[in-house]
Amino acid sequence: MPYLVHAADDRKQMLDTVGVGSVDDLLIDIPPSIRSRELDLPDGLSEGETMRLIRGLAGRNRVFEDRFWFRGGGVYRRFIPAAVSAVTSKPEFYTAYTPYQPEASQGTLQAIFEFQTLIAELTGMDVANASLYDGATALAEAAMMAVVETGRQQVVVAGHLHPEYLEVLRCYSDGRGFEIRAGLDDVGADTAAVLFQQPNFLGLLEDAAGLTELAHRNGALSVAAVDPISLGLIAPPGEYDADIAVGEGQQLGLAPSFGGPHLGFIACRRDLMRRLPGRLVGSTVDGSNRRGFVLTLTAREQHIRRAKATSNICTNHSLCALAASVYLTYMGPEGLRHIADVSYQRAHALAEQLTAVPGIELAFPDREFLNEFPLRMFHVEQSLASMREAGILGGLPVGRWYPDLDGVMVFCCTEVNDPDSIRTLVEVLSQSARAVTVPPVASRFPEGLPR
Amino acid sequence: MAERYYTETHEWVTVQDSLATIGITEYAQAQLGDVVFLELPRVGKLLEAGDSFGVIESVKAASDLYSPVAGTVAEVNESLNATPELVNRDPYGEGWLIKVNLNGDLGQALLDEAGYRALTEGQSH
Repeated sequence: MPYLVHAADDRKQMLDTVGVGSVDDLLIDIPPSIRSRELDLPDGLSEGETMRLIRGLAGRNRVFEDRFWFRGGGVYRRFIPAAVSAVTSKPEFYTAYTPYQPEASQGTLQAIFEFQTLIAELTGMDVANASLYDGATALAEAAMMAVVETGRQQVVVAGHLHPEYLEVLRCYSDGRGFEIRAGLDDVGADTAAVLFQQPNFLGLLEDAAGLTELAHRNGALSVAAVDPISLGLIAPPGEYDADIAVGEGQQLGLAPSFGGPHLGFIACRRDLMRRLPGRLVGSTVDGSNRRGFVLTLTAREQHIRRAKATSNICTNHSLCALAASVYLTYMGPEGLRHIADVSYQRAHALAEQLTAVPGIELAFPDREFLNEFPLRMFHVEQSLASMREAGILGGLPVGRWYPDLDGVMVFCCTEVNDPDSIRTLVEVLSQSARAVTVPPVASRFPEGLPR
Repeated sequence: MAERYYTETHEWVTVQDSLATIGITEYAQAQLGDVVFLELPRVGKLLEAGDSFGVIESVKAASDLYSPVAGTVAEVNESLNATPELVNRDPYGEGWLIKVNLNGDLGQALLDEAGYRALTEGQSH
């Protein structure tokens, strides 16, 4: 739709109504010295010129081929079936802004209901909401649920949680006045929840059942942040008795897209249902006994509970949730297991081959992983550069978040990393390892000794 | 039967041997409509008179519940979990909400039957 500015007549009429002579007269309270005169903008461009300019800018991005991405860290390259965009690009879904009126939006409401059902089944929990913004906010919302439910003011983070999730959690805890602790020794009578990520930020598997038991023994809730694809292979949170399951749904049919929009999901036990944040769609029957879908349990939400609501979320990521629903439906339980298994196999093959290269070893040789794993590398910057030269995006160096893991890089494999790309990566790093020169050691002779 | 007292926020309380039983009034249940959920405190929670001790949710609204008395929560009506409609059906009987071990005497601010009737007649429409 073109943007129509006010014509001179419109402006004059408005000024006359207000009773001033010009737009400048409306601004007399602002000292002239800080008023901008003219906006220094170039002339408009034609469509063709604009495209050329934008393509030129986009061309400056370094874009790696999908199969040469070996970096995860919360956002992943996965194969997205064409069915996903075929459904999500339907204008009925694509152009509508979160329409929740049951009399006008049965299609949207049913799609959300299906999403909730899929997430509940995937996580093994009783009930899931209509979606949240991303994995980080979903985890923070779960922490708030636990604080409100238990009346306790402290949550304990176990293991290596995604550092950005931790930042978001801190942001929420500042506002809501609860405390974040990082040691399992701190789990006690004041703990509202034990939060953990499975697999964790480094790709390692946590003792989810043990952490859940620890939480329950102390009257706290167990909150699991899970990788949805991993649930094709490993036990879902419902099976080890977690109280709340959350996660990032980007892998379910959404492109990385510079980090968003992505998809948060949250699911819980039935008796925590009224603490759930955000929208919930329920199935019901209308006056003629036909099945229909409506928002339900809305009295939880901020527009009714006001300051006492658990959460201020009154919307959802509907289109992203729809993509996830199409993806999960298209894959089915077998497809999901297959994807998770292929990713597992390739990551383990890569780990085995890379650790055969001199100077590369598993950072945690005793820990199990799925498709993402931390390696201690001979030279992080140099190996990243040699991979980049070969068109490969290497693993994620994690030293900037964990000083004790300086020199550790987390590699990731999914089904898009074909055997050929894995071979190339191993070759590049083998050559790079051979080429590494030992840096000269500075002379430490006492003065007077050297000749 | 012990005498029933009322609050301006539409709770009622009866006391027997320093154990107070608390609920919401007939007027309140009628105004709320069908009750679908109650959030009630844990046994052992310490309440001051006027403290919010829970939330009652109906198809129309969610409202806070305020304690008419000071004391410790001794019992919570668990049957309301499965059948919250008891509050509508029998607000002064089976629909009671909590029992509280009184901490001292009843406050002076409570209304008697006549006082509460005058209040609700003023509010009816």
